Amino acid sequence: MRNYDKLIFEISKPGRVAYKLPELDIEEKPIEDLIPKEFLSDKELNLPEVSEVDVIRHYTNISNKNYGVDTGFYPLGSCTMKYNPKINEDMARLDGFANLHPYQPQSCVQGSLELMYELQNYLCEISGMDQITLQPAAGAHGELTGVMLIKAYHESRNDNKRNKIIVPDSAHGTNPATAAMAGYDIIEIKSTKEGLVDLEQLRQAVGEDTAGLMLTNPNTLGLFDRGIKEIAKIVHDAGGLLYYDGANANAILGYARPGDMGFDVVHFNLHKTFSTPHGGGGPGSGPVGVKKDLVPFLPVPIVKKDNDQFYLDYDYPQSIGKMKDFYGHFGILVRAYTYILSMGSDGLKKASQMAVLNANYLKEHLKEDYYLPIDTIYKHEFVLGGLKDSLSEVITLDIAKRLLDYGYHPPTVYFPLIINEALMIEPTETESKETLDEFIEAMIKIAKEAKENPELLKTAPHNTVVRRPNEVKAARDIIVKYEG
Amino acid sequence: MYPYIPHTDKDVEEMLKKLGLNDIEQLFDDIPKDVKLNRELDIPKAKSELEVRNRLIELANKNCSLSNVTSFLGAGAYEHYIPSVVNHVISRSEFYTAYTPYQPEISQGTLQYIFEFQTLISELTGMDVANASLYDGGTAVVEAALMACAYSKRDNIIISKAVKPDARKILKTYAHAQSLNVIEVGIDDGVTDLNQLANLVDENTAAVIVQSPNFFGIIEDLEKISEIAHKVKKTTFVASVDPISLGILKRPGDLGVDVAVGEGQSLGIPLSFGGPYLGFMAAKKEYIRKMPGRIVGQTEDLDGKRSFVLTLTAREQHIRREKATSNICSNQGLNSLAATVYMVTLGKKGIKEVALKSTQMAHYAFDELTKSGKVNPLFNKPFFIEFALKADKSTEEINQKLLENGIIGGYDLSKEYPQYENSSLYAVTEVKRKEDIDKLKSVLEGIL
Repeated sequence: MRNYDKLIFEISKPGRVAYKLPELDIEEKPIEDLIPKEFLSDKELNLPEVSEVDVIRHYTNISNKNYGVDTGFYPLGSCTMKYNPKINEDMARLDGFANLHPYQPQSCVQGSLELMYELQNYLCEISGMDQITLQPAAGAHGELTGVMLIKAYHESRNDNKRNKIIVPDSAHGTNPATAAMAGYDIIEIKSTKEGLVDLEQLRQAVGEDTAGLMLTNPNTLGLFDRGIKEIAKIVHDAGGLLYYDGANANAILGYARPGDMGFDVVHFNLHKTFSTPHGGGGPGSGPVGVKKDLVPFLPVPIVKKDNDQFYLDYDYPQSIGKMKDFYGHFGILVRAYTYILSMGSDGLKKASQMAVLNANYLKEHLKEDYYLPIDTIYKHEFVLGGLKDSLSEVITLDIAKRLLDYGYHPPTVYFPLIINEALMIEPTETESKETLDEFIEAMIKIAKEAKENPELLKTAPHNTVVRRPNEVKAARDIIVKYEG
Repeated sequence: MYPYIPHTDKDVEEMLKKLGLNDIEQLFDDIPKDVKLNRELDIPKAKSELEVRNRLIELANKNCSLSNVTSFLGAGAYEHYIPSVVNHVISRSEFYTAYTPYQPEISQGTLQYIFEFQTLISELTGMDVANASLYDGGTAVVEAALMACAYSKRDNIIISKAVKPDARKILKTYAHAQSLNVIEVGIDDGVTDLNQLANLVDENTAAVIVQSPNFFGIIEDLEKISEIAHKVKKTTFVASVDPISLGILKRPGDLGVDVAVGEGQSLGIPLSFGGPYLGFMAAKKEYIRKMPGRIVGQTEDLDGKRSFVLTLTAREQHIRREKATSNICSNQGLNSLAATVYMVTLGKKGIKEVALKSTQMAHYAFDELTKSGKVNPLFNKPFFIEFALKADKSTEEINQKLLENGIIGGYDLSKEYPQYENSSLYAVTEVKRKEDIDKLKSVLEGIL
């Protein structure tokens, strides 16, 4: 079935249907009597005509060309591809959650509001912040919300000179893109040889025009920045605020909290740290937490409790406004809440312990054959710089493609930008020692192949459904829809 | 023990030994003492699956599911029937446990359905190209506005007050951050005031944004608005549309719209208390390099086989960083699969049938409710499946009494439009039956 290569449009046959709707139980009127003819289309839509069996077979077959966490090991650095517990899916689909309109009276949605209220409190406690908004739709959207909060804070103080956001060169691409979208200029500062924020550079970069610093800790190399208190002091003394990108929060649950490190704003990726599925690229959820000075600016509404009643509070006169429709990705919030209840304070801490143990265990084995630029204790992920044998013609891309043949999703490649030939590996806590050992074995074999038969890697993958699709051609001869 | 953590004590011991350590805490020695948390997190301890399930069911049961009440709410989120196949396809974990398809060799499933989604959305809207999705209908409006500003290098965004309030609020939030100007056009008998619009459009106008059917359910004259918007070159005409309406209404692409956006929740996505939903964006081809978010393109692999990849990535944050067209990364992946399966399942005849049957039921409801004269139409304009009615009592009071009878009344328009006091917006789709509407009518008439 791996050879199935049809698009849904190519199996369409006039006259087939995959649905049946009830007959109207009222007298049908000519549509032109209801809506003026000038607005009505006189064309037939060119949509597929298939049976229900066609639909299921088609999507089942193409699903077989995909690789998920349920298929196998997915050590994609910075993405925290942990297992997605099945009960989370069942709970989000409960009738009382799934079939609930966002504008139902508050008396009809008390269960949802209670869940959101508790989740806000749990995330406050985990992050060390004073208030959480559950509204942002994804990590990047949380970043944007957070940076807008920083902007609103400075504006409220009539501190209008602050037009720059500082971002380390190891940052995720979303950080500078977000700061730009919030109307800021970006100052990029270089990392030290150890991959940490260069305090001297930071001191020189900050000033009256500093709105804030965006930072991931542990950073994208997987290293905990020990200078964090000093970093916070430098930025705060200059009048700026600190933004915490929570992409790497899985390393420190129950061990350290951004709030205690000096951060003013944080976001979490519920689809990373809190086990909600990545869904092939969403929907995610990116709640944002703030210290009390920033609470007045939060997007509305926030869920509050008054006696035993939960309600949506819109009374934030200095709010930045709204960041998205309604109240956030509620269905994702249900999954994250379910996960936090399942894991508890003890389980979350255990998750970070095992995530860190797994990463260091892999690192310790792989550094024999792969170049480890910084040999130290890592947190939940680490970054290799290609093969140790730097004379090899085999590049990181070839290693990644060869891993596909061994049945693995490759690590994140060529990121962070500060490490040449980067292979960024994040195993997560849900992988067993056996899985790691097998992966190590595959990586060692690949290193050996690189020496003995580099062509094998250069032409990899060999047994996937497609092989190195031509991306240049895709961008040149643009085909973005089926044209028959 | 924890079901999602496989490590035995022996595993931990062996792994630590490899690292030359004997205590797991040593792995956290790099966290300075003054930032280390020296207590347990103050959240409950781990629970069994049964306990967790019971707690979630307890919470869900505190809500009134629409399975147990009859609702006439719409205002941007609609009850349409979702065929069983949709949930079955999106429940395949090959789809939902996958990451963004950066490795095309093992992501052809995701890439292909996005390609199909782009095709279906392009066809439905009559546009040249569609992206892989945006967060929701509201942020899609905003992304379109920002794209129009980048496209024209202008700062003024004109938006009709008949566009749903959330979208306008999000637009103002984003526009403030980028120092862009949002200019709102008033409403005339439930539609965008075209005279006012004509006076506002000038050479500083980046975008003209309307919604059709608009927030009040009324169909806007897109053709006429296109003429007004396009009297200045490089002004982008953005229309936010209900995809179901395109089963019967003329398509934005056929009416001069440059960028069609909208909320895709109607396409097989549960109401789920407001999210996650599905923003979509389709445009004329000249906008493709300015579009935000993922786009999938067709290409060939080493063996000449048709394959799909993420394309035009030079627009995106992971390549372009601060020069990207948007910061969007995660989008609505799985929900675009739900919409794809929905559109394919309903297909050529079904989308039209849903649109027709919803229109028939909505217009029946309108006729029945207004017959007695106790409630009156707020506007006198052609509508699709949603209409505004005015009564002598406040919507709050009416809805409270309706609720006592198991009915959730219309959306209270006075909340966002104080000028429309005592007015409610009723939505009726194909899932409503004659008896639902007749019951609403009789209860309503008893109240008034």
